Amino acid sequence: MFIIPFVWLIRSSLMNLSQIFTMPPEWIPKPFQWGNFHKALTVLPFDIFFKNTLIIVVTVLVGTVITSSIGAFGFSRIPWKGRDAVFAVLMTSMMLPAAVTMIPSFLGWQAIGFYDTLYPLIVPAYFGGGIFNIFLLRQFYLSIPRDFDEAAYVDGANYWQIYTRIIFPLSRSAIIVVALFSFLASWNDFMGPLIYLKSDKWFTLALGLQMFQGTYTAQWDLLMAASATVVLPCVIVFLAGQRYFLEGITLTGLKG
Amino acid sequence: MRKGMFYGLLFTAPAILGFAIFTLGPMIASLVLSLTNYNVFKEQTAFTGLDNYMRLFSGEDELFYKSLGITFYFVVLRVPAVILLSFGIALLLNLNVKGRAIFRTIIYLPSIVPAVASAMIWMWLLNPDLGLINSLLSRLHLPTSNWLYGEGSVIPSVVLTTLWGIGSTVIIFLAGLSGIPRQYYEAIEVDGGGWFRKLSHVTVPMVTPTIFFNTIMTIIGSFQVFNEAYILTQGGPNNQSLFYVFYLWRTGFRDAEMGYASALAWILFVIILFFTFIVFRTSKSWVYYEGGDRA
Repeated sequence: MFIIPFVWLIRSSLMNLSQIFTMPPEWIPKPFQWGNFHKALTVLPFDIFFKNTLIIVVTVLVGTVITSSIGAFGFSRIPWKGRDAVFAVLMTSMMLPAAVTMIPSFLGWQAIGFYDTLYPLIVPAYFGGGIFNIFLLRQFYLSIPRDFDEAAYVDGANYWQIYTRIIFPLSRSAIIVVALFSFLASWNDFMGPLIYLKSDKWFTLALGLQMFQGTYTAQWDLLMAASATVVLPCVIVFLAGQRYFLEGITLTGLKG
Repeated sequence: MRKGMFYGLLFTAPAILGFAIFTLGPMIASLVLSLTNYNVFKEQTAFTGLDNYMRLFSGEDELFYKSLGITFYFVVLRVPAVILLSFGIALLLNLNVKGRAIFRTIIYLPSIVPAVASAMIWMWLLNPDLGLINSLLSRLHLPTSNWLYGEGSVIPSVVLTTLWGIGSTVIIFLAGLSGIPRQYYEAIEVDGGGWFRKLSHVTVPMVTPTIFFNTIMTIIGSFQVFNEAYILTQGGPNNQSLFYVFYLWRTGFRDAEMGYASALAWILFVIILFFTFIVFRTSKSWVYYEGGDRA
């Protein structure tokens, strides 16, 4: 049930059109049409789409990890007045439908001249990195014993040193979860690029694939090869980090 | 510790600024916009008070009610399907079978597939003439369907495609299940109770907080479905899959009626708040917390 669509995708991406439509369906391509991938990825400038996606994914990942872990530190390991109330207010943004902020955000970016650039898709990651990630990391930081940083504090360490030398290194697994979430979210994002990007030269893979679908509707072999190419990196990244990933979700599920 | 306030604010400044710039500001702006007739193509923008909301509720905009109805239908169909199916799968995965980790991965994998790619796969699997599903059905001499191209079948078909991505809901259920202490089951075994008694007397009551959490998240997510509408159906056939957020996007970005679209967005917000509130209120009677009756 869950695996068949994947198999169908892969087998179709390696067949020619006539074999794809053979009834009853065949499962093994013969011969393997590796050329499909080359054709699919060169009829549209997928190299440019890939480059744009990579720029977004990497810069968003860096911003998300840095600012969400700093924020989570400030909301969990530094005592200050009104801290929990401020955090609760920030948490409400998780309930807000994206549709409510979509139009003013678009108008704002347009007004300062950043419509049809990658900035609207990147910059927000440097402002907190998403409340969900802060929440996740905060839960994790709260479980680290207080003695560690108090001992360091007594020895004369400041908060920045406590964060960079103790808390951040100790939370490696939670950081990996946040990095993975961030990767998948920006790799998969469709609505953001759809709203903010107009020219082909800035398109991401998700938009490129959608454009491809519109242009080559009947070329199922090429469509499937292009789709497989977009899916594959996600699957690889997920498999590489799945131990942390599933743990991370379990963590939020339990303590949510 | 000294200077807590200063450092606390310093460390949380990006998050607080981000909230102000990307959430609170746009929220206020959106509320104001919803009270105007702002249209990118029109020169003049006027403050029109509640006109947008009047226009929505007066019945003048048929598509508003249509998209609302379609979205409700989708939510009503999808939420129970997601909850029941993912709970069932989680129960199966929670059994002590070999290769549990592999199954867990397989179930989760589809939910990381980009929406465009998974739409592409499903458009083809569900293609009425060439798709795998109809070809299997006809070989088994079962009735076939037009799936995404049929006016009556389009919404159930979209629900079906989204069920492929229930992996994260399953994982959260698994987390809930793994938190149930063994002793409860042992107690029932001592009393001679079987599988069903364990399920109804221990598993379900103990997992109600997770059911509650997943239900709320699924409701919120289902009301906001967009990618599927945009990629799979473009609202068709004959507007039968005109999902609310798709209609909102079309009004705001294609027709450039941004004031009106902002009013649509606020109505969605109120609807989501309302349903979340209802689930919260009723939860007191069915959600069981081990440590007492906090809701």
